[in-house]
Amino acid sequence: MIVNFLLIVPLLTILVLLLIQNTQYTKPIALAGSVIQLMVVIGVLLQYLAVSSFNNGAMLLQTDVVWFSPLHIHYHVGVDGISIVMLLLTALIVIAAILVSWKEALLQKEFFILLTLLAFGAYGFFIAIDLFLMFFFLEIAVVPKFLLILIWGSGKKAYSATKLVLMLIGASALLFMGIACLYYNEPDGLQTFNMLQIAQMQLPYAVQITLFPFMFIGFGVFTALFPFHTWVPDGHSAAPTAGSMFLAGISMKLGGYGLLRLVMFLVPAAAQFYAPYIILLAAIGILYGAFATMVQKDLKYMNAYSSISHCGFVLLGIGMLTPVALTGAVLQMVSHGLMTALFFAAIGMIYSRTHTRIIKEMSGLLVYMPFIGGLFILAGLASLGLPGLSGFTAEMTVLVGSWQQPVTAYRVATIVAAASIVITAVYVLRAIGTVLMGKSKEYHDDTPTDARWYEKWAGSILFIGILVVGITPFLLLKLISPAILYIQQTIFK
Amino acid sequence: MHYYLHLLLPFKQELLLLIAVFILLLVQIFGNKPQQEWTMQWMNLLLLITVLTGFWQVGYATDVSAMFQLTPFSAFEKSVLALATYLISLQAYKWLLHHEHMIEFYVLLLASLLGMFCMLSATNLLFFYLGLELSTIPLAILANFHLQQKQSSEAAFKFIVSASFASALLLLGISFLYGCTGTLSFNGMADHLVVNTFSILAFVLFFTGLLFKISVVPFHLWTADVYQGAPVTVTAFLSVVSKASILFVLLNFLFKVFHSFAQVWHVMVLILLLLTIIIGNLFALRQQNFKRFMAFSSITQIGFILIALLGQNMAGSAAVVYFMVVYLFSNLCIFGVIALVAATTGKENIDDFKGFYQTNPFLAWVLLLGLFSLAGIPPTAGFFGKFFLILSGIQNARYFPWITFAALNLMVSLYYYLRVVVVVFHRESAAEIATIHIPQPVKLSFFICVAGVIIAGVGSWIYTYIYSLASAVF
Repeated sequence: MIVNFLLIVPLLTILVLLLIQNTQYTKPIALAGSVIQLMVVIGVLLQYLAVSSFNNGAMLLQTDVVWFSPLHIHYHVGVDGISIVMLLLTALIVIAAILVSWKEALLQKEFFILLTLLAFGAYGFFIAIDLFLMFFFLEIAVVPKFLLILIWGSGKKAYSATKLVLMLIGASALLFMGIACLYYNEPDGLQTFNMLQIAQMQLPYAVQITLFPFMFIGFGVFTALFPFHTWVPDGHSAAPTAGSMFLAGISMKLGGYGLLRLVMFLVPAAAQFYAPYIILLAAIGILYGAFATMVQKDLKYMNAYSSISHCGFVLLGIGMLTPVALTGAVLQMVSHGLMTALFFAAIGMIYSRTHTRIIKEMSGLLVYMPFIGGLFILAGLASLGLPGLSGFTAEMTVLVGSWQQPVTAYRVATIVAAASIVITAVYVLRAIGTVLMGKSKEYHDDTPTDARWYEKWAGSILFIGILVVGITPFLLLKLISPAILYIQQTIFK
Repeated sequence: MHYYLHLLLPFKQELLLLIAVFILLLVQIFGNKPQQEWTMQWMNLLLLITVLTGFWQVGYATDVSAMFQLTPFSAFEKSVLALATYLISLQAYKWLLHHEHMIEFYVLLLASLLGMFCMLSATNLLFFYLGLELSTIPLAILANFHLQQKQSSEAAFKFIVSASFASALLLLGISFLYGCTGTLSFNGMADHLVVNTFSILAFVLFFTGLLFKISVVPFHLWTADVYQGAPVTVTAFLSVVSKASILFVLLNFLFKVFHSFAQVWHVMVLILLLLTIIIGNLFALRQQNFKRFMAFSSITQIGFILIALLGQNMAGSAAVVYFMVVYLFSNLCIFGVIALVAATTGKENIDDFKGFYQTNPFLAWVLLLGLFSLAGIPPTAGFFGKFFLILSGIQNARYFPWITFAALNLMVSLYYYLRVVVVVFHRESAAEIATIHIPQPVKLSFFICVAGVIIAGVGSWIYTYIYSLASAVF
């Protein structure tokens, strides 16, 4: 029952935001909604822990209501460990995104409504069991981004917004064809969208092989699969800060999460068949993303390209299909979400003060803004995998898991992926060096100030998340591992 | 007395319109002209009652020497058409209020609707043809209702020429069909039709005549000019009501009368729908005039609707009718805004909407919802509509690659809908259109449309209801 509140709370928030006339209450209401949502997520977590026995990765706390009865479409939601981890991530990033936009002056009401709508889509996606429902929420989480970029963005915003939405909707079209075809090819003409039920039945091998590319590319575009990553840099750099945080922190995770579900429930046999291709694309993405990042001049572009590289690790983990690698993929999703959100938040704060994002035009900012500079450094260090921060645990887990696959080609891919960390260090340290260190510029009338209270809160929330994942990953593993074991059983049964 | 009532009850929707048409005519001839606004409100009420009667005491009935058949399904279809007409009539408020021929407008509008009702209930080709012509000819006059504009007369002329051409083909098809089967009744034809060269020729002629009316490529050439020239209200009627009626009729023909031809028409529909989607998309990309843009957008939408015809009867027809309900709300969101803007400022180009959001946020949101729904983006109903159309079309695995191609075309259509959104939310320069006052009836129509766009999707009972009606018939 409590799972449904994950959807009810954002809807109510949107409704209240729509109804109030006085815009000065907009931000407090949006923030209150997101905090209540975090509490609901924690409530879900506690209840999940109470009812789950730890060897069981099944979906719990389910609600199942018939929605479109002639087509066997249900409103069917539930959570397992992986979804709860993603829900926590979403809740944290949404709070941080709302805090970061505290000074948003233009069309506040619309801004926060769209942000909450995005969150609504993400929450729904992470708890959906019915494929139609999942697809529905996935699409809901696409179009508000278009408006966010178009109205509040900067730079080539109309171009970037259109490109982003077209690529994501094109991917959705493929995904949709995959789902629809799956629906008609179930044994005994069952025609259900229920993932759990599909997992129980043996889909014919030929069907799995045919459908996998559709769904894989569909979800892959969302998670910046090479060569469908081109929406990432444009979209992220044109978006407003909260939008970029949301895009990198949550939207790109929708694809990764979807792929996990795909691999675990829908077409496990095909996943094994296609694993080499997934790994190849992931390795290219990791290396390409890292090299492309090195030549970026704009901070946001830099972070966007590095996201491509980092999301490659998620794909690599999924392609390897070992329990450790899959666990690493989930950890990497969380880690990357928190870390890029923090990075984008820091970049947004710097940009709002210096009015430039070009790396070369800044230097020695640490003097003026120690707190923001600190956040920037920490996000950078998490990105390059400093032990103690989230990037290290996540990427290490992926790499260790990948090495367990004794195939030579896979090991080459693993080595390539590991080598990218060095490149990451190069661009992160270089950016930190140029932007924060060095001789400070003289400012005459508008000396940059340090973070305000809302920015401090936003940064701290994300940073605490990074520390928790980095230092005590076992807390998350307790949630993730049973679900991953469950996958293991479905794939190799 | 009771006997006669019983006899007339199946015709209640038609009778309402018929009586209204005659009263209006009498008023026009003999009476003092009543106040414009008063008449319009009565007309709106009448249309609303027509909508509601579609849900009251509907059963199965056959009458007029078995030429007329009422089923709950056809009563629902009529209600859908009446609902669309009601919304269009509400939206026409500002334009009609000072129009000197307001009464004639309603006479023609209702007569056209009456023709469509006859068409939907027909079980005999003659009766069907009667309805078709009754629905078409008033439309040509309506297209000319911008009395001072040459473009409007041009639109009317193009419409009547292409409509009569289509009718000629249709009539030839009908006579061939009579030659094939020796009967004009639908049931008789369904029983006697055998696939041979002659009957296929008859079918093609007949089918082409209908395709003209819903402007499927390559029979779409009249659409853009007529849409552009006609008054916005009439364009809305053409693009929603007129098309919906022919599509409902097509369901009847393809799934029931020409059922034995399924192999033949499946291929035709597949080729036509691919052509329609591609051409409609390509031409919509670069349109400047909003009405012309909507013309090509509606051509593309027809292409998507045809997908469902490839599926199984029940799911296919339910998906088509459901999509038409959704399409009605979403299209009328857009046409309502265009009509209001055109009636107030006379501007009809997409670029005139630059910065529209700055001055008219409410109208901009209505427009946006309509566009998103047409593009098939959740949570609007258009998403569900598109999903169900494609889901029912894909049932036959042979068409999977083609329909995948069609589905990828959704991306192209999304592009041009978003182009309008980009213009509307433009912030860099001041808005071209000042704040527009929204009259009460128009506001009401917007609320209904917006509610429809949101509720018709998420509220699954509408689809479920349509499906239950369809499963009783097909």
